[in-house]
Amino acid sequence: MSVFTTVVSQLINGLQTGSVYALIALGYSMVYGIILLLNFAHGDIIMVGAYTAWLFMVNFSQHPIIAVIAAVIACTALGVLIEKVAYTPLRQAPRLSLLITAIGISFLLENLAQLIFGAGAKSMPKIANVPSVSVGSVTISGTAVVTLIVSIISMVLLNVLIKKSKMGKAMRAVSEDTGAAQLMGININKTISFTFAVGSALAGIGSVLYSAAYPQASPTMGSMLGLKAFVAAVLGGIGSVPGAVIGGFCIGIAEAAASALGLSIWKDAVVFLILIIVLIVKPTGLLGRNLQEKV
Amino acid sequence: MTNKKSKFPTWLSYLINGLFLIFLLLGGMQAINTGLVSNYYARVIILCGINIILALSLNLATGFLGQLPLGHAGFMALGAYSSAIFMRFVCNVKMMPPALMFPIGIFLGGVFAAFIGFLIGIPALRLKGDYLAIITLGFGEIIRVVLLNIDDVLGFKFTYGAASLKNIPKTTNFFNTFLLVAVTYYVIHTYIKSRHGRATLAIRDNEIAAESCGINTTFYKTLGFTMSAFFAGIAGALYAGYIGVLNPSAFGFMKSIEILVTVVLGGMGSMAGSIISATVLTSVPEMLRAFSQYRMIVYSLLLVIVMIFKPTGLMGNYEFSLSKILSKKGGRKNG
Repeated sequence: MSVFTTVVSQLINGLQTGSVYALIALGYSMVYGIILLLNFAHGDIIMVGAYTAWLFMVNFSQHPIIAVIAAVIACTALGVLIEKVAYTPLRQAPRLSLLITAIGISFLLENLAQLIFGAGAKSMPKIANVPSVSVGSVTISGTAVVTLIVSIISMVLLNVLIKKSKMGKAMRAVSEDTGAAQLMGININKTISFTFAVGSALAGIGSVLYSAAYPQASPTMGSMLGLKAFVAAVLGGIGSVPGAVIGGFCIGIAEAAASALGLSIWKDAVVFLILIIVLIVKPTGLLGRNLQEKV
Repeated sequence: MTNKKSKFPTWLSYLINGLFLIFLLLGGMQAINTGLVSNYYARVIILCGINIILALSLNLATGFLGQLPLGHAGFMALGAYSSAIFMRFVCNVKMMPPALMFPIGIFLGGVFAAFIGFLIGIPALRLKGDYLAIITLGFGEIIRVVLLNIDDVLGFKFTYGAASLKNIPKTTNFFNTFLLVAVTYYVIHTYIKSRHGRATLAIRDNEIAAESCGINTTFYKTLGFTMSAFFAGIAGALYAGYIGVLNPSAFGFMKSIEILVTVVLGGMGSMAGSIISATVLTSVPEMLRAFSQYRMIVYSLLLVIVMIFKPTGLMGNYEFSLSKILSKKGGRKNG
């Protein structure tokens, strides 16, 4: 029975971190799908979201709900700003330049946060007080339940947005063939900005959920979180929305499994090992499209 | 080739460059020994040399081969740890003279890093562009995590993990750093000018075209990547003998990015650019210690601004050539 309890509680832990990874991975995946850019700054947008929530709750002593909304708005605005300032001038540049710019933006955000808030971690007050749920011998923490529910709602909404709305149709068209989409009268710049906005808003939700689970904000929290979410996006197949979700849950569960087996110091290595195996065996990921390179 | 042919025969330009190097080496030694350059500045100069080797080695992979490895600090760590463990062991057992210990330790560091680089390169180089960047990043992080935790697995003290590897013999000095910088420059320069180097440049410019011209792209990519890892290992070994204490956290993703910034700012594909930017980016922060908290902000801003306004880097792919300058001067006199 106790083995069963451990397995179930680790599985729920895994699903909780996994859903955060999935939310962040969606941002990576959508941006990659549309302009073929690995947005390294995406992880640091999460960090900015966590700091915004902290700022609103501790310094301005606002209600957590306002802090959450502020974090999501700040992330969205930052994502669009980065796209306008740093990536739009490089639309025609080689992909390597774009990638290096993204790395530069990521470092800029990290170091600015370090300068403004200091290198130490800020501890986050409790965002929501949800009682734990007991099912048989397994106790599920309230945060885990809320995290799962919020992220599933966000994913469903995203799916509706992409499948049903006009903007979603434009996004799909641009990622399919940018040139043809432009000929059909789709505003490319607007669509790309919208994609960044949606991805960053998801990152904002992810940042709040992450800080509910691990209640602290530090300047470098985004880099490792972003990298792992990126691994999730690659595992699911980069550019694929359902793939990102599946990848996020897989990485979360793999991490929880590594911790349960007593390998918690090797957790990061396990995640990167998964990445390497995926890239070698099936570089397009579980649900990725196979792009043929043309001369 | 659009380069104007130098007026000097090959042996003469070798002689000129060799004399120039010996002049620099002896001048530097003299300045340090007589106290003209203080001990502190001498250490800054050595650090410049180490960073020059790092930048040159990454430039081989990024500027000449056209790949973007993001795990370069991992190779540096491998070189540093292997040579440090070797030198500590030799020092404890006292089985060979120190004069012999240093070159063997440095070479061992380079070879070990190259070996791992080769093993990593075979699977990683099957991927292109972003995927290669990510997989090397993954390998770099794995190297760091392994160095941090291997003691717990093996059960005896080997890398000392987070507690740092201490008491490494401080063997790095101006003389051997300078020699290694010169050797690195010479080897990479001649490699790029050779038949193999032209194949490497062809892969950078257009991989598909190069492959259809019969160039074995896998071979040259692996060769370039392994060489790059080799020199990164040598730089790491020098660093171990310079700093005396090693901690895996010094070789994280941040370090890889610092090396990349150096290469990109100097110009991808310009060895002169790498040397200049490594020297400037190492010495200026040392002079401006008071502003150290702004250093990384300036680095990252520079990276973005250079990419937007001058994507080829400050020097483009310009190369500095002593004999070309001399022949220009001579030409003016004659004309």
